[in-house]
This record gives sequence, C-alpha cells and structure tokens, in this order.
Amino acid sequence: MAQQEKDPAEGGQTDRSLTMSRAMVEAIAHEMRADDDVFYMGEDVADYGGIFDSTEGLLEEFGRDRVMDVPISETAYIGAAVGAAQAGMRPIAELMFVDFFGVGMDQIYNQMAKNTYMSGGSVSVPMVLTAAVGGTYNDAAQHSQTLYGTFAHLPGMKVVVPSTAYDAKGLMHNAVRDDDPVVYLFHKRLMGIGWLPAPDGPKTPVPEDDYTIPFGSADVKREGADVTVVTLGLHVHRALEAADDLADDGIDVEVVDLRTLVPLDADTVRDSVAKTGRLVVVDEDYRSFGVTGEIVARVAEDGLADLEAVERVAVPDVPLPYARPMENEVIPDAEDITGAIRAAHGDE
Amino acid sequence: MYEAMVTARHYEERLQEEYLEGKQPAFDISAGPIPGELHLAAGQEAAGAGVCQRLRDDDTVTAPHRPHHVAIAKGVDLKRMTAEIFGRETGLSKGKGGHMHLFDPDVNFACSGIIAEGCPPAVGAGLAAKKRNTDSVAVAFLGEGAIDQGAFLESLNLAAVQDLPVVFVVEDNDWAISMPKERVTDVENGAQRADGFDLPGARVDADDAVAVYEAAREVIGRARDRNGPSLLEVQVHRRMGHFMGDPEAYRSDEDKTAAEGRDSIDRLEADLRAHGVDNETIAGLRSSARERVEEAIEWAKEQPEPEPADAHEDVFTNPPSGVTDSEPTAAELGGDD
Ligand SMILES: Cc1ncc(C[n+]2csc(CCOP(=O)(O)OP(=O)(O)O)c2C)c(N)n1
Repeated sequence: MAQQEKDPAEGGQTDRSLTMSRAMVEAIAHEMRADDDVFYMGEDVADYGGIFDSTEGLLEEFGRDRVMDVPISETAYIGAAVGAAQAGMRPIAELMFVDFFGVGMDQIYNQMAKNTYMSGGSVSVPMVLTAAVGGTYNDAAQHSQTLYGTFAHLPGMKVVVPSTAYDAKGLMHNAVRDDDPVVYLFHKRLMGIGWLPAPDGPKTPVPEDDYTIPFGSADVKREGADVTVVTLGLHVHRALEAADDLADDGIDVEVVDLRTLVPLDADTVRDSVAKTGRLVVVDEDYRSFGVTGEIVARVAEDGLADLEAVERVAVPDVPLPYARPMENEVIPDAEDITGAIRAAHGDE
Repeated sequence: MYEAMVTARHYEERLQEEYLEGKQPAFDISAGPIPGELHLAAGQEAAGAGVCQRLRDDDTVTAPHRPHHVAIAKGVDLKRMTAEIFGRETGLSKGKGGHMHLFDPDVNFACSGIIAEGCPPAVGAGLAAKKRNTDSVAVAFLGEGAIDQGAFLESLNLAAVQDLPVVFVVEDNDWAISMPKERVTDVENGAQRADGFDLPGARVDADDAVAVYEAAREVIGRARDRNGPSLLEVQVHRRMGHFMGDPEAYRSDEDKTAAEGRDSIDRLEADLRAHGVDNETIAGLRSSARERVEEAIEWAKEQPEPEPADAHEDVFTNPPSGVTDSEPTAAELGGDD
C-alpha cells in the first residue's frame, strides 16, 4: 500500500496483528473484567461464540450468567437490554444480522433511542447494540443489507462502523463506556471468520492495552491531493484498492474513513474537500436518503465553494439480489469506485 | 408420502454435493456454484410430507429458512426451484431470492428467512379464504426455535379470535442453531403454546410418518371444515449442522448419532414392507425420485445466469417511470395474467 497511509497502530507500538473479530472480543472481555455490570446477550453468543465470531471465547471466561444465549425473540431481549441499562447496568445485545432489526425495531427506536430525550435527560440508556452488516456472499435480500443510514437517520443512537481491527477495538471500548445507546455495526467480510475469508486490510496491529478512539473522529486512511473519497466499513478497503490503482495514473486519492456516522466528523471531510475540491462518497447502503446524500449535503452546506465535482457510489435502490451477477452489479466494487473517482477527476 | 420423503432426502444429498464443489479444501461460503447459506432438512422430511399430503394446490403454505422438504411435498416446481438455488435466470424468482426465499404462486408456496415471519402471511391467506368463502386452508411451518417469537404468538391469537382456517406446524428438531430448546423455552411440548389462545394443540413424533399424516388429517380437516386454527408440533431430528459449514462444536457426538439413528424414511419403508409392498415397488419409487432430482439438477445447471442489469427489475410491479433502466411497456404494466 502507498506510504502515505497512516500506521494503524498509532495508539501504541505493537507487532501483534489481530482479525477484527478478535480485536472486538478483546475489548469486550476487557470491559467485562473491569465492570461486573457489563454483560452480553444474543442468539448463539455463548457456545457458538457468535455466528460471526463476535463473542468467541467469552463463555469460557465469564460463564452463562454474563454471556447469555437468549430465545429467538428480538423484541424481548433488545428491550430487556434497554431496561437493564436504565437500571444502571451496561448490556451489550447482539442482533445477529442487521436485517432482523424489524423484529425488534420498536424497542430500538422508540425505547433505546428516545428514552433519554423523552425523560428530559433524567434516564440514560448505556447499552451497545451490535449487528452484522453487509453482503458479498450471495445471501439475498433478508441477510445482506447494510442499513447504516437507517440507524443514523433516527435520532438518539450513536452509530459506529469500524473498518480495521485497530479501530474496532478502540471504538468498542468507547461504545461500552459511553452513557448513551451505541449501535455498533460490523461488516461480515471484515471479521476474519473461518468460512468467510476477509481481505488483508482489516487485520492490523492491535495494542494489548485498552485504548479508545473518540466517536466523531474520522480517519484519513490514505492522504492524497486530487480527489477525496469518503466511505466506511468494507468500502474503505475497496476505496484503498481503487486509490492504489489510480496512483499509477497519477491521480492522488485521499481516503477518509468516517468510523462513526453519529456523531459525524464533517470537519475532516470538509477539510479534505477544501484541499482536493473533488468528492466521491462510497457506501454499501442504499443510495437514496442515506449516507451518500448526507455527506454531500454537509459539504455543500458549508463548503460549496470548494466543491468542483461530486460523485456517489452506492447500492441502487433495489433489495440485494441473490445470484452472483446481480449482487456484483449492485454492490460497489473497486472498479466502480475507480470509475467514480475518474469521473470526479474529470477524466473521460 | 414415501415418494415425497425420498425425493427430498435425495435432493438434499445432491444439493450438498453441489454446494461443496468449489468450497474445498478451505470452506468459503461465497465460493462454488451455490453460494450463500444453505439449510438442509435431512431428518425432517416426514413433517413436510405428512402435512402437505393433506393439502391441495389452492391451500397456502409458508415455510421458514429450511424449506426444501416442505416445498417438494407441496409440489413446488422442482426444476425451477433448483434453478433458483443455483441462481439462474429461469429460477422461481429469476435468481433474486435463493434457497431461503422460494415463491411458487402456482401452488401457493412462499418462504422467508426471518424467524416466525411466515406466520402472519399464513394468517392473511386464511383470512382471504374466510372472506371469499372458500374451503382452502393455510399452513405455516416454523421451527421450535420460532415459538418464542412475537410474530408467532400474535398470529396464533389473531387466527384464534378471527376463527381462521390456519394450521401452525412446529418442526421441533431440538436445536435452534447452537441453542438446545431446554435452554430457551420452559415448555417441553411446543404444542402447549396453543393453550394460552384456547386452541387445540397436538404433538406427534415424526419417527412414525404415518402418525404425522394422521395427525395432519385432524388439524387440516378442522381448518377445512371451518372449525378454526390449531397447532401441530412434530418431533423431527436434525441430522446435520444448522447450515452447511456449521462445525457443530456445541453439539455432542452422541446427540448427532442419536439423530441419525432415528430415520423416519427407514421406518416408513419397513412399514410399507410389513404391509406387503414389495421390493420392486419401493426400488421403483426410489429410482424415479432419483431421476426426477437428477433431471432437475441437470436442467438447472444448464440454465443461463441472469444479466447483471436484471438486478434493477421487479422492485415494483408497477414501476414509477424512471425507476428501472428500461421503461416498461404498457403490456408489462398490465401484467400477463
Ligand atoms: C428474526 C430472526 N432472528 C434470528 C435469525 C437467525 N436464525 C436463523 S435460523 C435460526 C434458528 C432457528 O431455529 P428453529 O426455528 O428451531 O429452526 P431450525 O433451524 O432448527 O430448523 C436463527 C436464530 C433469523 N433468521 N431471524
């Protein structure tokens, strides 16, 4: 990768590389050791260790009281996490696939997200809701969505989307310690699961000690002067791939990883666009009313004069199709991003 | 019934082979001719066959994420179902749905990958039958892991208060992925869920496929005669992992072996013989099932893949202009029925 990229282990010197799932689990285990009020509940999180390895090994250390398999009843257990959080505990509830959010959505957006506000600030809901997002393996429309935008659209939840093991750990420490509800969305393709191989990018050096990454701090994963690509999750890696390809053609791409959608670090995005003048937003969520529109709007509101070109790359407004040629068509790949960067750059 | 059961078993054995192609030596779920998740139902065939044998084409069935044995028993087009699983253009859903989302309106079959979410649409089909004054019925299949879900309990209640011709069939295979039922439910008998809604609930063991068939007569007959909904739980056995690629580290070897040892197909075959059905007839049924399966798989593999641009079609039945790349013609907008 290009040398302008930052050292992912800036928070501490280490040679130890972890997959994203290991890094997340390390943070959770640390928080559980430090605070008896932290517990984890979800489907298949105990003996299985999480379908996406999100709780691997936790049962052995903490036992069933603190790593709880729950009945398939998202309304009940997500709502129970809200209640436990309001009672002063710090639950982490896992929704196996984000696509299942509909089953428990009332508890998520009418209780978890709103109780702080509706109580005039007298109640807080210090819980984390984790869920797997993303396609790329042909699991069709009920198991492949990304839905970052849905959660970010509804006020009251902080929304976290890590793209590397280093970020995943630091953001998880923050998420558990935060006094507000946090929705922590991890991309299946980044986790490093045995049956769903990850690309190299997300496996990074990770310090053994705990460290936090403040919410609302986007990370410039690659510096460049010509075009700004703003993205998150899996597509950070696809954007970096596109940037590497274009470097050979003399197009110098800056890749901004949002890391959190709420709060959103619009300053880093604007500063980058002020430098490059050209903005490409890449997202694995649906195109309309989502992250790409939001980022473009934020830049336009305060930095319209800097903006020479804008491109959006997202899933067109269709449910995720099953068959490979169609899934490949709708989920943006490095080539789609390359094309958008060239277009923004003014290449024919 | 025996034919539906052996067809389903052989179908899934062949799907398993096809699925593993390209995924060896290191299992990668996104590789091979059938990507995505694949949930097989070996050991559960008697539940699908015993119940669906009582149904007609105009009766509605909704199935969950483990649908093949039910689909086969309901008479879903095997070739087009297979083409769907292979992600081909001529599949039931033109390659858009895949194995958990099979739709065959010709025989009123549908399935969904979200736990218990097939129950409300089955109630809706029962409601339509009642409003239209027909004697068709609706059956919702679900796993025992789904009996804790709100959608199921709410559906039982709605069907009960509206007196709808709906049967809920719980396939109890003891496991919900890695969660054994005793850890997530306090009732041993899922049919007891009916009690709280003042409905009849029955439980039967699929080891004896004929007993399932008999129990189905009772509940489906009741619905068809407009005597209201009921719940039937069928004890089945999960012979394989939850999905292909599930290492099943959470499950003891004894439990797996016990499940494999209790095969309703073997038992039904023995029953048939005991009733004087000769070897030749049984062998004939088996080989015709095999042929049907081979034919479907061969046909499916020869079918073309969808074009990438097809992804943009079918979001709406009546697409607003500008939504699809190709403007629909007036004829398309009017439908072809
Ligand atoms: C609402 C929802 N929650 C979780 C899941 C993930 N999931 C898929 S299958 C399954 C287990 C289902 O168990 P059961 O109903 O007993 O059916 P079986 O798989 O044993 O046939 C789970 C938890 C889902 N698909 N939908």
